[in-house]
Amino acid sequence: MDFNLSEQQKQFQKVIREFCVKELKPIAPKIDKEEYFPFDLYKKMGKMSLMGMTVPQKYGGAGIDKVSYMIALEEISRYCGSTGLTVEAHNTLGCGYIYEHGSEEQREKYLPNYTNGENFAALAITEPNAGSDVAGLQTTAVLEKDEWVINGTKQFITSGDIAGVTIVMAKTDKDKGAKGISAILVEKDTKGFKVGQLEDKLGLRGSRTAELIFEDCRVPKENLLGEENEGFYGVMDTLDRGRTAVGAMSVGIARGALEDSLEYANQRQQFGRPIGKFQAIRWMIADMATDLDAARLLVYRAAFLEDKKLPYSKEAAMAKLFASEIAMRATNKAIQIFGGLGYLREYPVERYFRDIKLCQIGEGTSEVQRIVISKRLGL
Amino acid sequence: MKLIACIKQVPDTTEVKVDPKTHTLIRDGVPSILNPYDQFAIEECVRIRDQIGDCSVSVLTMGPPQARSALMRCLALGADEAILISDKAFAGSDTWATAYTLSLAIKKIGFFDIVFCGQQAIDGDTAQVGPELAQQLGIPQVTYVEKIEIDNKNKLTINKQTEDGYQILEAKLPLLLTLLPPTSFQPEHPPMSSILKAKRKPFNIWDVETLGGDKSRFGLDGSFTQVIKTYTPPKRGECELIEDNPKEAAKKLSKILCKNEALTKR
Repeated sequence: MDFNLSEQQKQFQKVIREFCVKELKPIAPKIDKEEYFPFDLYKKMGKMSLMGMTVPQKYGGAGIDKVSYMIALEEISRYCGSTGLTVEAHNTLGCGYIYEHGSEEQREKYLPNYTNGENFAALAITEPNAGSDVAGLQTTAVLEKDEWVINGTKQFITSGDIAGVTIVMAKTDKDKGAKGISAILVEKDTKGFKVGQLEDKLGLRGSRTAELIFEDCRVPKENLLGEENEGFYGVMDTLDRGRTAVGAMSVGIARGALEDSLEYANQRQQFGRPIGKFQAIRWMIADMATDLDAARLLVYRAAFLEDKKLPYSKEAAMAKLFASEIAMRATNKAIQIFGGLGYLREYPVERYFRDIKLCQIGEGTSEVQRIVISKRLGL
Repeated sequence: MKLIACIKQVPDTTEVKVDPKTHTLIRDGVPSILNPYDQFAIEECVRIRDQIGDCSVSVLTMGPPQARSALMRCLALGADEAILISDKAFAGSDTWATAYTLSLAIKKIGFFDIVFCGQQAIDGDTAQVGPELAQQLGIPQVTYVEKIEIDNKNKLTINKQTEDGYQILEAKLPLLLTLLPPTSFQPEHPPMSSILKAKRKPFNIWDVETLGGDKSRFGLDGSFTQVIKTYTPPKRGECELIEDNPKEAAKKLSKILCKNEALTKR
């Protein structure tokens, strides 16, 4: 057994950290406060092959292993949760889905254009009446001659308004529940496809969250991604990957809370000494650090299993569940350590607190993770 | 064509702290980085290579085994092969012994057209290794180079920084350049895909036996200078910062100088 990162993984971490400290950290407050979407930054990230990390190099990606991908997501999310989510959704849900479940033609058509940071890919599952219950989705796609005709509304779609291509999950056989769902690629500006409202969120305000409306939206038959009526498996597979990734995001945000708390506890003087010398603060920080290490190890384990092509569904759910829950606690503690200042928007810890909440909800709520874990345990 | 870049791994001086008691630098736990001047040199070297085509870049450094990571970064930035010159015999080298050792490695590589060096390293700040290396190789050198254009495969046009501006120079090959980045220089972050590719590029480690040469000229024995002590000068007094518009600041300054009898009022 070996807990060390490889030389290459350390190098990824170093390069991404340098990039984030220099390019991302300074604009993170603006991204949050102004709901600013830094297109130029994503282009730079495209050049660094961060916008197609696990996509093989022959399709323009970086072709790195899953553990390295988690390292990258932790680094990015450490400095900006909004950017972390945008990168995660694009890499895992968008490019990841196309690569894992697309035909060779679809990979060649889309991936090179979607790994350069110029274009975004989105995955549209959630609907007003289908959240945790994916099988209950109501959007339909009917094959008429050589075209799919899509009708329905999707909501909470990350990067949905800016995506050049969206993978739309739709019922293609109404009678079959989960076994009647298919994934269909819909390109931007397709007739009958429009963006509805953009959500005004608690946190991760620099990531875009859109409602998507399909009214007799017609796309070619070849836009079917994967097999007809087997989309549910594609979604479950992609969400497994996404869970580890949201775990890594959570680890990044929790690390921000810890690092900032540590720095503040060493500087802030009360009763004639730094507050970090008081047991109350030390215990909080010790717990944050312990939780963080445990969460990171769970994330690495799930990614490691995926790299080894071993089952990792339960482990991914555990990683997401644990990492998002401990990160919620860590950001809460960070505000407590900062006291009144922690409550101000001038300091980043309140941002971490708002940002992390989504990680307990998105890509499967904590409750859904517990369902997945308990099912895998035989319940 | 063949381009060679000489680089150095240095402690990240922005992270170096000073021991308040001994005034020595605390290097433990300080991350190592590629010398920023060398990053500019390697980026220029790769740019010239890409412009010429049919040309390769070898990057070399003399250092301990951990200097490998700085070379790996250069490979990720586009260099074609890396050579780590590493042996206990080289420990304690000053700039002259370092230049001698590097010159042996370059002679061992054989054919070359341009040697690129960073102007100086941020730890020692001597700016001596480049010029001394040119001397050892017996080739011309241009220092303080900010920009290079290659007209044809035989002639370079060089912008050399001076105190007042630039000198535009033309030079024939082979030669050695020491590069000084312009203030606008933004170091490139190597792409993840290039870091992966770097692993597959040739990486050689040369020790004292591989290099040959005069063993008395290596390391501490071959050095004319030795670092006896590194320290931060003790504080010489309190510093007062005058913040105002120039006119008022000048008035305040003259008052203080008069008060301290540094100036006499007429």
